[in-house]
Amino acid sequence: MSDSARWTINSVREAIGAKKISARELTAEFYKKIEARNPELNAFLALCPERAYAQADRVDALVAAGMPLPPLAGVPVAIKDVLSTRGVTTTCGSKILQNYVPAYDATAVERLEAAGAVLLGKTNCDEFAMGSSNENSAYGPVRNPAATDRVPGGSSGGSAAAVAAGLAVAALGTDTGGSIRQPGALCGIPAMMGSYGRVSRYGLIAFASSLDRIGPFATNVGDVATVLQVIAGRDLRDSTSTTTAVPNYRVEIEKSVKGLRLGIPKDYFGAGMDDGVRQKIEAGIEIYRKLGCELVEVRMPHTDYAIATYYIIATAEASSNLARYDGVRYGLRVDGNSLIGMYRRTRGAGFGPEVKRRIMLGTYVLSAGYYDAYYLKGQKVRALIAQDFREAFSKVDAIVTPTSPVPAFKLGERTADPLQMYLADIYTVTGSLAGVPGISVPCGKVGGKLPVGLQLFGPAFGEARVLQLAHALEQAGGASL
Amino acid sequence: MKISREDVLRVAELAYLELSEAELETYRAQLDSILEYAGKLNELDTTNVEPMAQVLSTDQAADATLREDIVVRSSVAKDVLAHAPDPEPPYFRVPKVIER
Repeated sequence: MSDSARWTINSVREAIGAKKISARELTAEFYKKIEARNPELNAFLALCPERAYAQADRVDALVAAGMPLPPLAGVPVAIKDVLSTRGVTTTCGSKILQNYVPAYDATAVERLEAAGAVLLGKTNCDEFAMGSSNENSAYGPVRNPAATDRVPGGSSGGSAAAVAAGLAVAALGTDTGGSIRQPGALCGIPAMMGSYGRVSRYGLIAFASSLDRIGPFATNVGDVATVLQVIAGRDLRDSTSTTTAVPNYRVEIEKSVKGLRLGIPKDYFGAGMDDGVRQKIEAGIEIYRKLGCELVEVRMPHTDYAIATYYIIATAEASSNLARYDGVRYGLRVDGNSLIGMYRRTRGAGFGPEVKRRIMLGTYVLSAGYYDAYYLKGQKVRALIAQDFREAFSKVDAIVTPTSPVPAFKLGERTADPLQMYLADIYTVTGSLAGVPGISVPCGKVGGKLPVGLQLFGPAFGEARVLQLAHALEQAGGASL
Repeated sequence: MKISREDVLRVAELAYLELSEAELETYRAQLDSILEYAGKLNELDTTNVEPMAQVLSTDQAADATLREDIVVRSSVAKDVLAHAPDPEPPYFRVPKVIER
């Protein structure tokens, strides 16, 4: 492991505060690493050194003036390319937005910078966050730093790979059906999705608005907690961001987990799980038992219907959200002989295969004659899945599952059959549909090489509990099981 | 085979997507298998289930929905137009909509 791979939020703040390194020097060090490693990994799509150095200089000025340092002072961060960044190209991994430069920042980005973070650049992802392997990016796949012939997971594959390879100390991703947690698991770093309504979605380019969430990747759970702390909370520009109080996560995670009740849903431990993954997750659960947690078997009987429900609801919302790409106000335009002709050609040429497939599917399930059979049915089953979670949380404090049924697979191995790729999200989509918080925390490596993630779900706005349990596993050596 | 070529054409028309012949057949087959899989939801009786159209519970949503109506100055029009495919400030130009 190189030196910069070991940087954490605390070590950066300490080093900068003690004048061992300036924020400008640290920024330069990270750009050097990116220059060396990114041609292979393809984790970054765009860099913004001008903006980064300007911010680093502001941090250095604070140090020089002896002012108190904000929580992320000088911390180099990477941002998934579906989050709007003023003046910095934001493509969503799509050709249709190849030259799109937003006129404003997403709230989460604004809050990171206000807390002193240095924004290095934008990270690769599946086109419009649609995918589980990062192979749906119009700008080529990302490679997994743990095994470069394998996928990093998706859709936030670039953010996960950047942090795992030490090219950023923390990163933001987005999660609609598993797009933060699954790449976190496959790349071997903690990755968190807060409750729906916990983090403002303002400036997040929408995929499925009732499911999309923004959340952090970092090298340790404490840093995940710090970043979530900074970006969480009410924003007047997103009516679904709530006024629910944001606890001090960094304090909460230090609490003992002894006596907490952990639900083990046997519905998640059936066929289809890789044996190596199963073994590591069972070892992770054993750690919790040793730490004094009470293990409780819970039933979540609608789990088996989650993928079908998710792909109906997410694609329906996507077909509506992506109607805005029409060649008029931003992005690509391909001329046609009429206004409609221009729309059709622009969208036909600008969207990649997975995005078109989901727009088609979403349009179909919303169309006259099929709405009740698919979309309305999906919304009803969604209610049943949310009910499974509420019932489980009446008995337990958190739920433990694997994050992904398999470790990182080889590039190209699963691209032929979209349905098989969708099944990669089998353990993550449930919590997405229910709106509850979830985290993936490293839990050993299959064959000593391919990382496994253990997933924890908590009740809505129970982020502190989820982080606390993830931290306990990390401190007990979960990553090296 | 549930999904026909005509179904795919109809959906592409609704979604304003120009598709090639090859794409038409690929999507027909793929939509067919995905929708067949989605059919498993019919195993569940949902007669008395309210559809979940909203994620936040009522008490959370109530505090989040309405804010004070405050005027905030915004001056992004120039930036926005600068990145449009065919700007004619202060307008976006499009192909002719109404034929004589």
